[in-house]
Amino acid sequence: MTQPRLSRRQVMKGAAGAAVSLGLAQLIAACGLPGTRDTGWTAGTDWNAWWRDQQQNGQFNFASWPLYIDTEGGKHPSIQKFSKQTGIDVTYSPVIQDNASFFSQISPVLQNGQSIGYDLIVMSNGWQLTQLMQNKWLTPLDHSRMPNFQKYAGSVATNLAYDKHLTYCAVWQAGVTAIAYDEKQVDGPVDSIEILFDPKYKGKIGMLSDPDELGTAGLLALGINPQTSTYADWQKSADLLTKQRDDGLVRQYYDNSYIKALEDGDLAVTQAYSGDVFQAQNSGYPHLKFVIPKQGAVIWRDNMVIPYHAENPVDAIEWINFAYKPEVAALIADWVNYICPVPAAKPIIANELEDPTVANSPLVFPSEAELSRLKEYPVTETIETHEKWVGLFDPIIQS
Amino acid sequence: MKSRVVPYLQSAPAMLWLGLFFIVPLLAIVSISLMTGNSIEGYTLTWNFSVFPDALDQYSAQLGRSFLYGGISTLLALIAMYPVAYWIAFHGGRRKSLFLFLLLLPFLVSFIIRILTWQFILSDEGIVLGTLKDIGILGENAHILSTPTAVITGLTYDALPWMALPIYVALEKIDRDLVEAAGDLYASGYQQFRRVILPLSAPGIYAGILLVGISNIGDYLSAQILGGPSTTMIGNIIQTQYVQNGDYPVASALSLMLMLALLLCVFVYARVFGTRTIQEYA
Repeated sequence: MTQPRLSRRQVMKGAAGAAVSLGLAQLIAACGLPGTRDTGWTAGTDWNAWWRDQQQNGQFNFASWPLYIDTEGGKHPSIQKFSKQTGIDVTYSPVIQDNASFFSQISPVLQNGQSIGYDLIVMSNGWQLTQLMQNKWLTPLDHSRMPNFQKYAGSVATNLAYDKHLTYCAVWQAGVTAIAYDEKQVDGPVDSIEILFDPKYKGKIGMLSDPDELGTAGLLALGINPQTSTYADWQKSADLLTKQRDDGLVRQYYDNSYIKALEDGDLAVTQAYSGDVFQAQNSGYPHLKFVIPKQGAVIWRDNMVIPYHAENPVDAIEWINFAYKPEVAALIADWVNYICPVPAAKPIIANELEDPTVANSPLVFPSEAELSRLKEYPVTETIETHEKWVGLFDPIIQS
Repeated sequence: MKSRVVPYLQSAPAMLWLGLFFIVPLLAIVSISLMTGNSIEGYTLTWNFSVFPDALDQYSAQLGRSFLYGGISTLLALIAMYPVAYWIAFHGGRRKSLFLFLLLLPFLVSFIIRILTWQFILSDEGIVLGTLKDIGILGENAHILSTPTAVITGLTYDALPWMALPIYVALEKIDRDLVEAAGDLYASGYQQFRRVILPLSAPGIYAGILLVGISNIGDYLSAQILGGPSTTMIGNIIQTQYVQNGDYPVASALSLMLMLALLLCVFVYARVFGTRTIQEYA
């Protein structure tokens, strides 16, 4: 053994050397993280020419939310119908669980100027959709390819506060966030949002963990219109909601799991999405009631959008057009029970699909008068505004 | 000359591995934590050291709670699994492997499903609380879900096999003649356990506590699924800041502080109970 044994000191020196050289390289490379601004298409793109150059490829990938399309024996009749008529295959993936985490998955890819692998995605109006639009990460729609939209889209789909000129968004379904209660535990009828702040139901009240939903509930309870609310109003809302939590009224801030807690009897009253409650009522929980309180409720819209760099935009827009055919919209609405963007689907559900419960439900086909009672969310245009909002409501949800 | 270079070359693969998968990411996290900006404009390194006291100040409750819940659940898992490991090691007979397999069997099911099942088991009118309410032991409004108890239950449950396995290995290695000799020297059953078996199984307990403690303190799913309005753990905050808000500096700073706090705990723990004690016993 002439070779000296490796001493501890030598090992440490070697390790430190390797670490320093690698680390420095990394550190220099990481002196900043690039932002998302101006990483999408460049201003002045001639979209008419762009769309003219695109070709139909006979296939496209559609990312949506779980339980959000008509389903029969694991297949989707509306999609089958589409494939049969157009020869376009659809790969449908219900992979979106919530807007923020889906956005955080796709945003590094879009930032690198690459295709996310989906040609059509469904995003709710809110900060993530706003970022997709502002970063120019979405392909402007060619409305000349969507004649059914021109013909059949109702005001739910044509009057968008967040996309006024309908540049990017075609509403998939809409819904209302209001109040649901368990008739076994609550003496109805309920007509005021104040029930969410009633000490009688201490520990049996559910609130939503989405800061947008939570904050607007506080605004509505204070009689403030969320769409025109100011930062001072948001602070008042946060104070009210903090008190609600500190008084022990809130059992939990829920994601979509609130509906299970309501079905299990864990909750007496909760913030709720219209379609969930409608589905629950028709699957063995008729004692669950959904009300739009006298203070109003907020309407949200889930939008079909085509990401920039999508490989099959023509096939995707063909589907958007198809989804606005009344008989197709009827198939979908009759299954998902959210607000249908195509009013002409109503008689088809009533007569051809023979489902008057859905056709006559104000939660699927609200009248114009009912729609006018619904409020819009505050539209967040800048990240500073967004940070102010979550800065007020996140600490309430995660205390 | 050659002899001086060779050792470095020999250690190169290990050093490269360590450098690539530990040191570089660590330095990246450190540098990100010191950046300011936002996800739209990008983040630039401004050596913003105040992120640490600020984040600590804002989230000290959640950080403290993580250590509390992590600590309690680790202790509960130890109390629950020591007897099980003991029984398998000493009384398992020819079926030891089968028992170990049964112990691990539930863990072949997805973690999410197991935690969601606790939601079902612990629900207000569910099989446990519903029954207890029906026979009048619990009041009408009693609930476990959304309380610290539920979160700790989830954490403890998930820790069970990771606690049992190292303890089992330590117990299994004990020379049975030592136990017999203790008996021959008139040690009672309790004394045999207290003076011979327990000290000899200390390395297993030590490993089990480390394994379970570290992962439970950083956990966030249990609090997210079973917790309520004030059971948020530091893992939940890191997740929200990173995924929901794209606030990478704060998320990185919190991760670093959690890591440092854990390292400190492990260090103190190792000094107090660690190698010295184990060497004395072994």
